[in-house]
Amino acid sequence: MIVLSKEKLPIQREQDVVLFRNRIKELATKIGMSLVNQTKLITAASELVRNMLRYGGGGITHLEIVSRNSIPGVRLIFVDEGPGIKDVTLAMKDGYSTGKSLGLGLPGAKRLVNEFDIKSESGKGTTVTIIRWKNGL
Amino acid sequence: MERIPILKMGPFLLVTIQVDLYDRLALTLENDLINMVSKTEAKGVLIDISAVSIVDSFMGRILGNIASMSKIMDATTVVVGMQPAVAITLVELGLTLSGVHTALDVEQGMELLRDKIGQLDKDEEGLYDSFI
Repeated sequence: MIVLSKEKLPIQREQDVVLFRNRIKELATKIGMSLVNQTKLITAASELVRNMLRYGGGGITHLEIVSRNSIPGVRLIFVDEGPGIKDVTLAMKDGYSTGKSLGLGLPGAKRLVNEFDIKSESGKGTTVTIIRWKNGL
Repeated sequence: MERIPILKMGPFLLVTIQVDLYDRLALTLENDLINMVSKTEAKGVLIDISAVSIVDSFMGRILGNIASMSKIMDATTVVVGMQPAVAITLVELGLTLSGVHTALDVEQGMELLRDKIGQLDKDEEGLYDSFI
């Protein structure tokens, strides 16, 4: 996989989320991603960035255009230094939430992207990486 | 603070969301709408989301909340104008918006609300007839 472009965007307040979503849209449009695929990617990102704000106390997002076998895609990495997720397997289950939400955030985000990776260490923070390829596969 | 305007039109409340929603803005709208339903005794709430490009689980929940709360306050909520890409994404996300009435555009949404109110009037007439 080749990284074609990368940038960082810190997320500290709810309003930063709007800017973040717009920037993803620009990148996805740049590589010619269809509207449906764009919407799925941005919705997944919206779930993850909310988790980062709510549970991780904010953090840094990395936005990248990547390419594999000459197919472009958008890779987003969410890094926080919050308390971490105690049980990642449980957190990935539909309907599970430690807050008062529907518990669709993590499992829903996973369904909306092509690649999903989560690493969390208690007391050190959480890193989530997602990729959506231009062709959606 | 940023707010989404709510318009009163006869027995209905109209909301057109023209900006990208973030969580606090959505929560403020939920609060404002329920207060308006109570204050104006509105019978219907129409929310136009045709300009909204993203509805995630939080905003989906807010829409559901508004529908359930207005129902308790005797008002019907219709969400109109959802973009196809948003509908596809919502279902894949796992959110079906059950309990929320939907229509394709504002016109059909208004028709649906009028029908509902018409039904109410008829029901009341029927009730009155049976008393006589």
